[in-house]
Amino acid sequence: MTTVHLDEVQKRFGDVHALDGIDLEVAEGEFVSLIGPSGCGKSTLLRVVADLEQPTSGGVLVGGKSPHQARVDQDYGIAFQQAGLLEWRSVVENVELPLHVHGVDKATRRSRAIELLELVGLADFAQSRPSELSGGMQQRVAIARALAPSPRLLLMDEPFGALDEMTRERMQAELLRIARETAAAVLFVTHSIPEAVVLSDRVVVMSPRPGRITDVVTGERPGVDRDVDDVRESSAFFSAITAVREALRKGHP
Amino acid sequence: MVGRARGVGAAVVSFVLLVVLWELAKLLLPDEGVLVGDTRVLPRTDEAAMPHVWTVFGRLFEPEVAGAADPRTVGAAVASGALFTLGLALGGLVLGGVLGMLLALAMQRFGLLERAALPYVVASQTVPLIAIAPLVAGWGGKIAIMGWSWQPWASVMVIASYLAFFPVAVGMLRGLNAPAKADVELFRTLAAGWWTTLVRLRLPASVPFLIPAARLAAAAAVVGAIVAEISTGTRGGIGRLIIEYQQSATGDPSRLYTAILGAAVLGLVAAGAVGLLDVGLRRYRGSVR
Repeated sequence: MTTVHLDEVQKRFGDVHALDGIDLEVAEGEFVSLIGPSGCGKSTLLRVVADLEQPTSGGVLVGGKSPHQARVDQDYGIAFQQAGLLEWRSVVENVELPLHVHGVDKATRRSRAIELLELVGLADFAQSRPSELSGGMQQRVAIARALAPSPRLLLMDEPFGALDEMTRERMQAELLRIARETAAAVLFVTHSIPEAVVLSDRVVVMSPRPGRITDVVTGERPGVDRDVDDVRESSAFFSAITAVREALRKGHP
Repeated sequence: MVGRARGVGAAVVSFVLLVVLWELAKLLLPDEGVLVGDTRVLPRTDEAAMPHVWTVFGRLFEPEVAGAADPRTVGAAVASGALFTLGLALGGLVLGGVLGMLLALAMQRFGLLERAALPYVVASQTVPLIAIAPLVAGWGGKIAIMGWSWQPWASVMVIASYLAFFPVAVGMLRGLNAPAKADVELFRTLAAGWWTTLVRLRLPASVPFLIPAARLAAAAAVVGAIVAEISTGTRGGIGRLIIEYQQSATGDPSRLYTAILGAAVLGLVAAGAVGLLDVGLRRYRGSVR
């Protein structure tokens, strides 16, 4: 069964044709990036999957359910560009938030949150205030929070967009490890070509006005046996970057 | 604790400075004040207009009515009046605060209500209090709730709450709408309903707006209670004392100042009560992002 299934999805905001004829499948455990210039509708597409926007027409299934049902059942976790941690909650309480909202008892949600903080390497900061953490650390907390209900799908809207290059590369390695360990599928919106290539099984290239999928390029997501830094220096990595770049140019003459 | 000590120190220093300024003005400026042509630009500084600070404090310990059977001091009269008014002001603050919060919640929940009600909320504060006070007292005199007949002090409390609800309603509404769009959307993706979003997001986020609003409301409630006492002629409070002492101001000006001093202390105590709230909600204080 596919994790995300989009069939001829259209989205209009008044006269603006944000999405047009979008067909996309994300398999279980697959990492798919959406890339394209501003206004190509990649964030809108993510928001349609997340049930934050309603498609004007077309079919959307998330884990075989309607997006609304998937949202209610907490079948996906989401992370935005801003970590969006609640300042009055400690780090561990922020990770607990999705479970708290859904009435999971305190002992269960605490042990799950600690487990997730260990996964993102922040167990020592469980009792810290979010403002005491660096931007990269805050984003890791946000990812841990998104993973709290053990979703089969992780939606990420430029989660590393506000981070510096060094932190960003480290976070990409972290995300690859987390995706592998949780076996969750990831739908990942980004502006960065190298980021899309190094993380993804497939890179979906989009063009604006109307937002369309123009090409799909195979990414260089490393398996268990391969280090991400090796990928970044491989020739396959560079040729994939070139392929994405050309696809972007083609879609945006 | 260092911050607390520093705060107390600053309060003491500012009080001493005020006293020094007052006495300096008396010492350096002529009794008739300063006149430019026929216009007085600085007030009279004689004993009738500006009594010495020690005269005012000394008056506190003198009997209110010379040679009376019950030798109650002026200080005791002011203290009991201030306490009476404080009770009414705090009652008004709580009543107005609760109403203000409920109104803000309703306005946040129903956008239409916000657009419909907010102009009236603002307009309510432009109506002069002295026009409202007799009305409230008049209405109150005509009702009895479950056998309990309306008391004049209840009018005072209602009028105090009329002033106190406004900053709370406006501040709270702002605070409830303070969370960023991304935070609200996060709660939506968590399938959290209005109530859960309110309790886990909007209320905590409103605290940094609520505390200063409550401070303003406390001050407004004190002013409201005193003015209401005066304009409804309610006995027992500091408002009444101000009127009484004012009538004897020509003969004994420092007596009026004791009542004003009482009113000022009253305001400080009311603001201090809000400070307790602040301490209790410390966890949420730094949450403005």
